[in-house]
Amino acid sequence: MSLTEILPPLLPLLVGVPLLMGAIGAAVRKNKRIRHVISLGTLAGLLAFSILLVVVTHDGTVLAHQVGMWDYGISIPFVVDALSSLVLMIISILGIASVLFAMATHEARARFYHPFVLVLMAGVAGALMTGDIFNLFVFIEVMLLPSYGLLAMMGAKLGAHGARIYVSVNLLASTLLLIGIALVYATAGTVNLAELRGAAVEDPAVAVAGGVVLTAISIKAAVVPVHGWLTRTYPMTSPAVTTLFSGIHTKVAIYAIYRIYSLLFDGDEKFLWVALLVTSLTMLIGVLGAIGEKTTRSILVFHMISQIGYILIGVGLFTGLGLTAGIFYLLHHMIVKASLFLSTGAIEETYGTGEIDKLGGMLKREPLIAVTFMVAALSLAGLPPFSGFVAKFSIIQATLEQSHYWVAAVAVLVSVFTLLSMLKIWTGVFMGSAPKDLEERALAYQERMHGKRYLRVQAQAESPTLTIGPPTATMSAVLAGERAVKVPMKLIIPGMLLAAITLFFGLGAELLMTLSETAAENLLNPDGYVEAVSNA
Amino acid sequence: MSIAIAVGLLTAAAVYLFMQRGMVRIVLGFVLASHAANLMLFAAGNTAFRDVPYIGSGEVGEQADPLPQAFVLTAIVIAFSITMFMVTLAITTTRDDDTEDEEESPAKVLAPGSTADTDDAAFSDLDTASGEIAVETYKDETGVGQPNLEHAERMPKEEEK
Repeated sequence: MSLTEILPPLLPLLVGVPLLMGAIGAAVRKNKRIRHVISLGTLAGLLAFSILLVVVTHDGTVLAHQVGMWDYGISIPFVVDALSSLVLMIISILGIASVLFAMATHEARARFYHPFVLVLMAGVAGALMTGDIFNLFVFIEVMLLPSYGLLAMMGAKLGAHGARIYVSVNLLASTLLLIGIALVYATAGTVNLAELRGAAVEDPAVAVAGGVVLTAISIKAAVVPVHGWLTRTYPMTSPAVTTLFSGIHTKVAIYAIYRIYSLLFDGDEKFLWVALLVTSLTMLIGVLGAIGEKTTRSILVFHMISQIGYILIGVGLFTGLGLTAGIFYLLHHMIVKASLFLSTGAIEETYGTGEIDKLGGMLKREPLIAVTFMVAALSLAGLPPFSGFVAKFSIIQATLEQSHYWVAAVAVLVSVFTLLSMLKIWTGVFMGSAPKDLEERALAYQERMHGKRYLRVQAQAESPTLTIGPPTATMSAVLAGERAVKVPMKLIIPGMLLAAITLFFGLGAELLMTLSETAAENLLNPDGYVEAVSNA
Repeated sequence: MSIAIAVGLLTAAAVYLFMQRGMVRIVLGFVLASHAANLMLFAAGNTAFRDVPYIGSGEVGEQADPLPQAFVLTAIVIAFSITMFMVTLAITTTRDDDTEDEEESPAKVLAPGSTADTDDAAFSDLDTASGEIAVETYKDETGVGQPNLEHAERMPKEEEK
């Protein structure tokens, strides 16, 4: 038996195993080490499985399995092609990085942190694989519920209003999605994506229903003009959770837009101008919004919106080159954004603030973080030799190929603004000199977070001379001009890991580009998808 | 027709409630909105067919479509759980809450005399009380939302072992 026959029946495990492990993790009350191991082990397993899937699907093979062995048309199919396996692979990498970071900040010690992350991953895997729009709705909810939990855990400290906006907006979008699905079922008589192929082209009523579905998903993807919730909720939680969410929620929604437009609308050219208009607005408004922001994280969140515009250009063009570029951009963006959130998050977790005005001189204090940030920031702005250059270059090339000059112009303009914004963080946080009270505030923050004894232990580990004396030894060290605060290595490593990946994807762009091309071909011509589902 | 009218009324009422400031009203709005969505799902399956949808138990043309009913059941469970979560969020804060006047806020009504913030029962079960989660400084739109420092200090601190 070949791999293509063995793998399909195993696909439901991608959902089942993380769910089971999440449940086991929640049952482990006392021992946080066991929870760490369960979580990292499951995520590593997910990564290994998804790499295997990428290898199997790299030639355009589509794997499909009818869950429960029901007949075609009755069952809920799980389908994996190059696009879904690539996105799943990157999401597993991000999951590992963000969990490592959360372990370093100690927030992962909370009993339900790991279980929430694992259930979230189960929902992601299901949403990426399912071949049924109603089931997509269900998996998006499976993905959102633990996210509400994660936000509320942070909300217990930060005030609940970020969580309120997040839950309200997502519930509204989900209700709209449900209405859209009802309309699709009423007009087309099925919710199976393979059966729905091209339905919106043949019947305008289905196109309207599909439009409602896409609108609902666009809210979840934070496309302008329905982006406001993102910038008001993501900065309201911890950096680790922001990283996790940034790589997952909006990106799964983008994946769904690609998939649904490819199947339901069969890449219909009639509606593409809407997508191009919306993406151009998204790029512009996102980057302009970042100008007025004062903390590193809120600047980055606004950039996220602008980048979502770039990614969706792929669907707006719906040509081979456009889709390839869009998918490449999606994969690159997930890595780079997470790296930026983690490197600025490391500063935020150590010095107690992300406000640019209250930071400075980090280049000398934390050279490793400075390098990590620089690599990811240049990649985000689209400079060689990082993956961002390849991504932006191919996106602009694809728009020019279709003679959409104004979209290309917006894309170039926006990347200039992106670079300026990154320079703002660079000059504000890394250059210049540190404010005088930086260390004192950092220590006060650490003490508030972890208690005095923690500080003493930390100080002991770093410089044994500080151990003698009163509990506030570190404080007197500061007053004596000694340096007591430093970002611990375990907070730097996750971000560095991701920055290394963006460099790798930049220098070895050929590999990822070829994979994105296969994924784009699968979207452009979904015959293989439909065939795999009906034969499974 | 009656379903269309019902969906319209429910949606109108839901939108009206969304526009209110109080979180509880917004939650009630979501209850109505999810009813509207569920009725639409029902309508998608054609409500004129009302026979039992088992094979061999009736005329094929008379049998109800079971799929939308399954959809509705799933959707009800999801909407219900999220609604409960939102109700919890509605009563867990009195400060940094721009939804109600302080005297009228549900938390005040439910626990008169208490100025407790989010460290009450609803959240303690989430096991976040270890004091190890970042307190972030931020200001809300009104500029008054100072960091929740006093609150953070009230949290029990788990010492480094």
